[in-house]
Amino acid sequence: MSLAHISSEIDEDKADRLVEVRQRAGNVAIPLGTAISLLLIWQLGVRFFDVPTYIAPAPTDVLAVFKDESALLLRNFWPTLIESLSGFVVGNLAAILIAVAFVHSRTIEKAFFPIAVFINTIPILAIAPILVLIFGAGMTAKVVIAALICFFPTLVNMVRGLQSVSPQTLELARILSASKSEVFWKIRLPSSLPFLFSALKIAATTCVIGAIVGEWIGADVGLGALIIDSTFNFRSPLLYATVFVSSGLSVLLFTAVSVAEKLVIRW
Amino acid sequence: MSVQHLADVADMRPHQDLASRSVAACLSGASVKFGRFTALENISLEIGEGEFWTILGPSGCGKSTMLRLVSDLVPAAKGNVEILGKTTEAARLAREFAFVFQDATLLPWRSALQNVELPLEIGRKRGAKIPRSDKDPRELLDLVGLKGREDALPHELSGGMRQRVAIARALVCKPRLLLMDEPFGALDEMTRDHLNLQLRDIWQETGVTILFVTHSIPEAVFLGQKVLMLRANPGRVKDVINVDLPAKREIALRETPEFNRYCGRLRQLLEEC
Repeated sequence: MSLAHISSEIDEDKADRLVEVRQRAGNVAIPLGTAISLLLIWQLGVRFFDVPTYIAPAPTDVLAVFKDESALLLRNFWPTLIESLSGFVVGNLAAILIAVAFVHSRTIEKAFFPIAVFINTIPILAIAPILVLIFGAGMTAKVVIAALICFFPTLVNMVRGLQSVSPQTLELARILSASKSEVFWKIRLPSSLPFLFSALKIAATTCVIGAIVGEWIGADVGLGALIIDSTFNFRSPLLYATVFVSSGLSVLLFTAVSVAEKLVIRW
Repeated sequence: MSVQHLADVADMRPHQDLASRSVAACLSGASVKFGRFTALENISLEIGEGEFWTILGPSGCGKSTMLRLVSDLVPAAKGNVEILGKTTEAARLAREFAFVFQDATLLPWRSALQNVELPLEIGRKRGAKIPRSDKDPRELLDLVGLKGREDALPHELSGGMRQRVAIARALVCKPRLLLMDEPFGALDEMTRDHLNLQLRDIWQETGVTILFVTHSIPEAVFLGQKVLMLRANPGRVKDVINVDLPAKREIALRETPEFNRYCGRLRQLLEEC
């Protein structure tokens, strides 16, 4: 192989890599550029039309709150995070266990599935005050509300996941004289994992909604309480900042679940 | 319905000793019903140990049902099925037979090697000791030509490779009877030819008895020592044809007039069904 040939190959390699880098940069730059442009339009619009801050704060006002009130935001962030996470764990765990019971026994499914559907049809905003009355103004009510909102999607997905085993695979299990528990642990449960993770991704964002709704009804700390408080005091920049923190919390939980999914499900 | 009871010395495998010949599977007057529908009626057969049978028939004639009857997946409504002198249930518990499905039926989260090891891991609580092949799972993967792909997940393998993993998995408990339900039906022609040759080699090497369902006439003739023809509605034995071709099968065999004579005869039989 001649030297010129080798060098041209290296050049080609470099060119390939350059294209790849450009493509990846584009993947980040395009949405980022759009977001920045929108913020810029917002900023200019607010300034140009002279909109009062309490009606619509400019992005720079919101940014200032992040700087000046970071301690306040953080102090209210932790309770909501804990409530969301606890609700996430409790709600999904309950859903998984009940799904296992449903798949195990048709009678249990017949008895409880309509009740599960009924609970799911009650708007969370309607049931939240009831739960606050029952559990008081502490964290428990918020955890229960967050758990409740996670529960149904996970239940439905998990039942489907556990039933997703192909008839042939079950025939294989029978030929190998597998016991019921072996079929469950070695076949049904792993088969259900992709379904479970789809549900957990939904739950990762809805549990935050549940916690915040709970805090609206009765709480003095938490992002939900801060949203209510800043709204009634016309502290719009703080309200906007709190909303961003809330959505940031959802993104954080969603990302965590996505990363876990990538690690667990390699197939 | 005449049932051929065959003890053809001419057709037996060269290295097999006459005295050791025993019956791998014996069906006597066996019927299978699904509700009111009769899938199989009055099937009587004796399959000698170490033989290679292929099963042909029009669709819906109960080819798969017959394998499921033998493997204790569906019960006999009438008659009796014995595997190596045991009931089908006892044979299942002792892992006397293994099943290869049309679909590879691998667990997608397990590597090729882990899939082959699956039969060694489950069903141990039912008392009977699980037999093991003299070859370990790695060697079995090597036997089916998958050396170096032990850690690949099923989705990283081609359809033919997945089916070979399934064959290795079937061999891991040293079965004496191998039941195969159109295992190469979904594969392309080239892969199929290659796997046919490989299966003949495995059969000759291990001495396992094979019951192989197919809907390809050339495949039935190429693989089998005996071709069982079933007819439909209800499924009954139409005929059993001895395939008297050289034990060493090569792809070129398919071009020979003898081979084509067998194919022609089977095609004619199939049309009569």
